[in-house]
Amino acid sequence: MNEFNSTISSPILSIENLCIAYEQGKLAVKEVTATVEKNSITAIMGPSGCGKTTLLRAINRMYDLYPNITTKGQIKLFNESIYDMSTIKLRRKIGMVFQRPNPFPTLSIYDNVLAGFKLNGIHLKRSERDEIVETSLHDVTLWNEVKDSLHKKGTFLSGGQQQRLCVARALAFKPDIILLDEPTSALDPVATSKIEDLLVNLKKQYTIILVTHNMTQAARISDNSMFMYLGELIEYEKTKTIFTNPKDSRTEGYLTGKFG
Amino acid sequence: MDLIYNNIKINAAGTLPDQSAKRKTKDHLFLTLVIFFSAITISLVLLIIGTLVMKGYHQINWAFFTQIAPDTFQAMMAKISGKVIPGGIANGITGSVYLVFLSSVIAIPFGLLIGIFLYENGNKRYAGFIRDITDVLQGIPSIVIGIIIYLWVVVHITHSYSILAGSVSLAIMMLPLIIRSTEESLKMVPDTLKEAAIALGTPYYKVILRVLIPTSFSGLITGILLAISRVLGETAPLMLTTLGNPVINWDVTKPVSAVPLLVWQFYNDPNMVDLIWSSTLFLMGFVLLLNLTSKWIASKQQN
Repeated sequence: MNEFNSTISSPILSIENLCIAYEQGKLAVKEVTATVEKNSITAIMGPSGCGKTTLLRAINRMYDLYPNITTKGQIKLFNESIYDMSTIKLRRKIGMVFQRPNPFPTLSIYDNVLAGFKLNGIHLKRSERDEIVETSLHDVTLWNEVKDSLHKKGTFLSGGQQQRLCVARALAFKPDIILLDEPTSALDPVATSKIEDLLVNLKKQYTIILVTHNMTQAARISDNSMFMYLGELIEYEKTKTIFTNPKDSRTEGYLTGKFG
Repeated sequence: MDLIYNNIKINAAGTLPDQSAKRKTKDHLFLTLVIFFSAITISLVLLIIGTLVMKGYHQINWAFFTQIAPDTFQAMMAKISGKVIPGGIANGITGSVYLVFLSSVIAIPFGLLIGIFLYENGNKRYAGFIRDITDVLQGIPSIVIGIIIYLWVVVHITHSYSILAGSVSLAIMMLPLIIRSTEESLKMVPDTLKEAAIALGTPYYKVILRVLIPTSFSGLITGILLAISRVLGETAPLMLTTLGNPVINWDVTKPVSAVPLLVWQFYNDPNMVDLIWSSTLFLMGFVLLLNLTSKWIASKQQN
């Protein structure tokens, strides 16, 4: 895998020997080393319990909230360690979309897009706010569907629309990387394909890291894929290569459906 | 129906389909019992409200709300001449409002903060201890609270029966209710909302202030309204802390009347006994109004 890491032409995020432990001695993620390419879609796939979501959440330091989870190793964004940055600055550069759509129920659609600013008490002029909302909703192809009901609460939308709203909310800060944790597992196939098209479009401006339980989704839209199993990064390759010519027998076993 | 486990036959007949007639009868019997007992309970409530309305409504007029309670002489004169007893319960209403307002001002900030603290540190050892203390506080008989506050406030602080003493005793009674309902309401906010706010770079105290509290707002308000409706009718602690006052009083260091105190006063005076119905009706109506309001707020949040 170190060979693949060195072929990345424009690295944006480098993970070095990352270990994450829930309790003493039980490692959920073991010595993961990977370099993510800028403006790519990198998929992390593997069977349940392999550590892919655990790995994803370490990238924006969600574990600061849970003191019983310890991490070891290094993660660097553009060569700057994420542990040296303030979490507020880090989370504006790395946004996250969760498995179940979670728009804030007390805020309108308009305010949901701006939630990152509102919750941090950042004051914007009316024109700036309108600009951010319209651009973000356009980027997620939700503008035409909601432009007449921006003041309505976000929870009145369908599941797929709510998830696109959550992506728009993450885009509002124009982050460098967007992390998505199984974003379509709670959605129907039509909504899923809309999100997938959206991600392919977004990679021109952003870098996307996507955890997916669905290997065909990884095959459809990702450029590079990581296969994880029992906490270890087994294989990390260009998606085409990993699907047609997996090097490790465990990868092959997962991809051919022998387990997972 | 027999199950074979390692050569042992276990009879698992239970209720088989062909016993459906017997089961239907049991179902009907149970349903009848449930309806019967519910009907008794509902009729009791209706009877109480009905009795109060019938006996008290003719005393309720504009004067009822704006005039202070009559003294025993006025009442006696009115009774002798067969007229309606003059006056109202304005001193009781203003007293109750002032007392409950001041006790809310004391109890709500403490209750909310302790509730938030328990929510955040719920699994630490001292959290269980704090919850136990809260339960003990809730179980203290109201007259005991009255006696203690008599000593601490009436004797040592205001040197007189006072609104302050009454409010402190009511606040102590409101506190456990607000703490519990705050913690429970906050627990009902899904973790995913907290995580969404954190992922947007929000510092944790802002997550509490701008996401957790607004989302659980209706639960918090309901808890507060229920605590208020509980202390509105408390009488024992007030007897030992505010005593009562024939006129309206706004001085926090002086005694004041309250609607339940007036009810007790009227009950004890043979000339004013008839007034107990209207004042009780008022109290009942107000408490009912608060309960219905909190239910309405809760249902609005559901939607």
